[in-house]
Amino acid sequence: MAPPVTSRPARGLFALLIVLVGLLAWAFWPGTPNTVRLGLDLQGGTQVILVPKPVTAGAEITDEQLQQTVAIIRQRVDGLGVAEAEVTTQGTGNGAAIIVSVPGAEQDRLVDLVKRTALLDFRPVDTLLNPQPFDINATPNPEPSASASASGSASGSASPSATPSPTTTFVPGTSLVQSPDNSAAYQGEVLALDCTNPEAYTGGIPDDPALWLGTCERTGEVKYNLEPAFIKGSNVTGATAGLPQNGVGSWVVSLEFDSEGAKALAAASTKLSALPDCGSGVSPCNAFAIVLDGVVVSAPRFNEPILGGQAQIEGNFTAQEANDLANVLKYGALPVTLEPVDITSVSPTVGNDQLRAGIIAGLLGLVLVMIYLMIYYRALGIVAVISLIMAGAVAYLMIVVFSKTIGLTLTLAGVAGAIVAIGITADSFIVYFERIRDEIREGRSLRQACESGWVRARRTLLAADFVSLLAAAVLYLLSVGSVRGFAFVLGLTTIVDILVAFWFTHPLVVLLGRTGWMQKGSRWTGLDADRVSGHALTGEVVSKSRRRQNTDQETVEVPSP
Amino acid sequence: MSGRIGIAQRLYKGQVSFNFVGRRRTWYVISAIILLVSVGALVFRGLNLGIEFRGGADFAIPNATCSIEQARSVAESKTGSQAIVTSAVNGTIRVQTESLTPDESSVLAGELANTCGVPKGEIKVQVVGPTWGSEISKKALQALVVFLLLVSIFLSIYFEWRMAIAALVALAHDLVITIGIYALTGLEVTPATVIGLLTILGFSLYDTVVVFDKVKENTRNIAGQSVMTYSEAANLALNQTLVRSINTSIVALLPVLAIIIIGAGLLGAGTLLDLAVALAVGMAAGTYSSIFIATPFLAQLKEHQPEMRSLSTRVKARRSQASKSRTGEAEGENVVGTGEVTTLIDGAPRQQPKRVSRSRRSKS
Repeated sequence: MAPPVTSRPARGLFALLIVLVGLLAWAFWPGTPNTVRLGLDLQGGTQVILVPKPVTAGAEITDEQLQQTVAIIRQRVDGLGVAEAEVTTQGTGNGAAIIVSVPGAEQDRLVDLVKRTALLDFRPVDTLLNPQPFDINATPNPEPSASASASGSASGSASPSATPSPTTTFVPGTSLVQSPDNSAAYQGEVLALDCTNPEAYTGGIPDDPALWLGTCERTGEVKYNLEPAFIKGSNVTGATAGLPQNGVGSWVVSLEFDSEGAKALAAASTKLSALPDCGSGVSPCNAFAIVLDGVVVSAPRFNEPILGGQAQIEGNFTAQEANDLANVLKYGALPVTLEPVDITSVSPTVGNDQLRAGIIAGLLGLVLVMIYLMIYYRALGIVAVISLIMAGAVAYLMIVVFSKTIGLTLTLAGVAGAIVAIGITADSFIVYFERIRDEIREGRSLRQACESGWVRARRTLLAADFVSLLAAAVLYLLSVGSVRGFAFVLGLTTIVDILVAFWFTHPLVVLLGRTGWMQKGSRWTGLDADRVSGHALTGEVVSKSRRRQNTDQETVEVPSP
Repeated sequence: MSGRIGIAQRLYKGQVSFNFVGRRRTWYVISAIILLVSVGALVFRGLNLGIEFRGGADFAIPNATCSIEQARSVAESKTGSQAIVTSAVNGTIRVQTESLTPDESSVLAGELANTCGVPKGEIKVQVVGPTWGSEISKKALQALVVFLLLVSIFLSIYFEWRMAIAALVALAHDLVITIGIYALTGLEVTPATVIGLLTILGFSLYDTVVVFDKVKENTRNIAGQSVMTYSEAANLALNQTLVRSINTSIVALLPVLAIIIIGAGLLGAGTLLDLAVALAVGMAAGTYSSIFIATPFLAQLKEHQPEMRSLSTRVKARRSQASKSRTGEAEGENVVGTGEVTTLIDGAPRQQPKRVSRSRRSKS
């Protein structure tokens, strides 16, 4: 065990400075979010954990099915128009879980939204109506948001309109207006339907394809009276989003049908394209509606008969909108059934309280630890306190960076992990300081002790931190829910602990150890002769042989208490 | 102040020595009793599992104006089964029922909101299906097994397999005690509790690693001398790291204490409090076991090794020789950290024979 006589403290400090500046720049780069994303338990909202079950018992769920399901759920949740809604998966195969988190959303609505099985069908449009409940003097008839060409231009109104936040309780299924024929009573019901009410355009239960349907555009902007379906979702064999082949214009969605679907499409498009454009009072007209879960996703117009079983929907789609529509068409129905196994909703007030309590507890814990370290280790204690603050700063910056890069959300369990980490980080300093004292007791000078003590402490720290890191990694990879958030923060703080101990605490102690004041061994250094050992700390004069013997000598020198 | 520090100094030198290793029977008996009580409590009382594990619905109504009885009657009439209703210091009433469908839970939340005069949106609702809990438990158990396997491999490589076994024994000890406390007190076991338990895994091992590192250092060339047995060297290591162990425990417990105070005072029951209670118990047990169980057990394992056995014989022979040659002053002469020191020798005038210097020791 030959300790290196000199280390280069400036190097470590410089390395940490670079890390710190890098993190600061990354975390607070202008124009990007620079706050920590909070979990639902801290900001309020609803979280639903769903376990997908294969439609046929005993089958295995494939990754593709899982991704499809997530894509569909994400689309439905996005329809709520809530920012920061989140859909994630954990695990694979039949053990997988889908976690849907929506800030501020109401529990019932979210559960219903995510778990329902969807049904897709194509219906000819009979009439286009105002979204409001019927009042003949109120507003002029709407222009169709759906325009189309033979290879169809489409209702591009995919952007969610600003809707009043839903305050009423949503009772699924009440908004479906269906009838076997286009009777007057049915038409009255359609007219009375209020498409400005979110309940009506969220989509509830699947509609019956064989019946007439009065329903809304899923943005709530248009109301439709639709004829019975001419193609079912199961007839769609493929749907892809892409740019038109001539490269001109915006994104389009290409559709392929099976032979039954192609035949039905040919018949319907021939019939419909002869009709006038949809508009005020035009009935029937030349558009068809793509209906998902009883609401209209898109209503393109037929400009010409489509005979090949292949259609293209055009509109002013963005890449995102086109992909979403293609996904709806392809996977209209969920490939699996979903069972909600854990539903948690937290009000924003409670969330704020929990966050506040977590912060207060963290600060209190930090202050208590600092006071203890200051009392016990004096000058070294100050180094420890500064190191703790540094570790806190680095950990915070890392959390901000991870928030924006991999979407880390800080939950209450994570806050708890951070608070617990205070103690574990402080322990690194204690191990080091005690080692320095040990070395001084062995007769080394302060300068040497700071170095050789570090060599020994370093090994211990790395071994112990490796165990912590191992625990964090295994927990993160194998567990679900809040345990993961905790494990992530624990792992992160362990890395920060190593970083700060190597590049900050050790260099600082070495620098401090070189000052004359520390070497004089004042009682405020935390390493004074009285407390640690009998010999002078400037022990350059202590020869090697003397050092060997002073084990015995000191017993005489140490005053009895 | 200087008195305490003086002790640290003398602990290091071995002038003051607590005989942790030598009196291992005592610690084993103490631990055995605690473990028996824990296991007994677990078997006969069982754990009070939260709804996350057994399935159920949980409604937390902040600032409720209704009485516990009112809330209970609403919940029981709606669900037709028994409901557990508790109130926390901060005025929150908690209602727990059997697992409900999302629709049912929505209706009940509305009823409770009406009865207790709070907006429905303010009520914190959690509904957990009965199968989900077993899923979480299974995953946590899986994680535990994988972790233990990996950590055993690591410890076996970094130290040796005996240390790995001793560390795992100490770990099991801590976990059983913590779980036992939960069974005994009837505190609710939630996912946060599981997190706490898993943290204890890390903490307990971390603690043991630090002590074992010192043991390893002290016993590096132990077979080449005949002054100290393995047990004595291990005991010296324990005493040398004692100050660190105590400081670490205090420093680790302070933030946990802060959570308990804040958690109980501001929040009532909740994730933070559940976690902190598990941690406080586990950390205390972890510190105890790394000193009183892990190292003594390790020493016991090591003493079965042929080399260590012959070392013990050599040391014994050497001591009896020494006492023959210097009758009268043998007792106080015991070498650093000897296994015979049973109590704190403090301040007693040391008969100060010239100890064998290190250079001479290693030659013998």
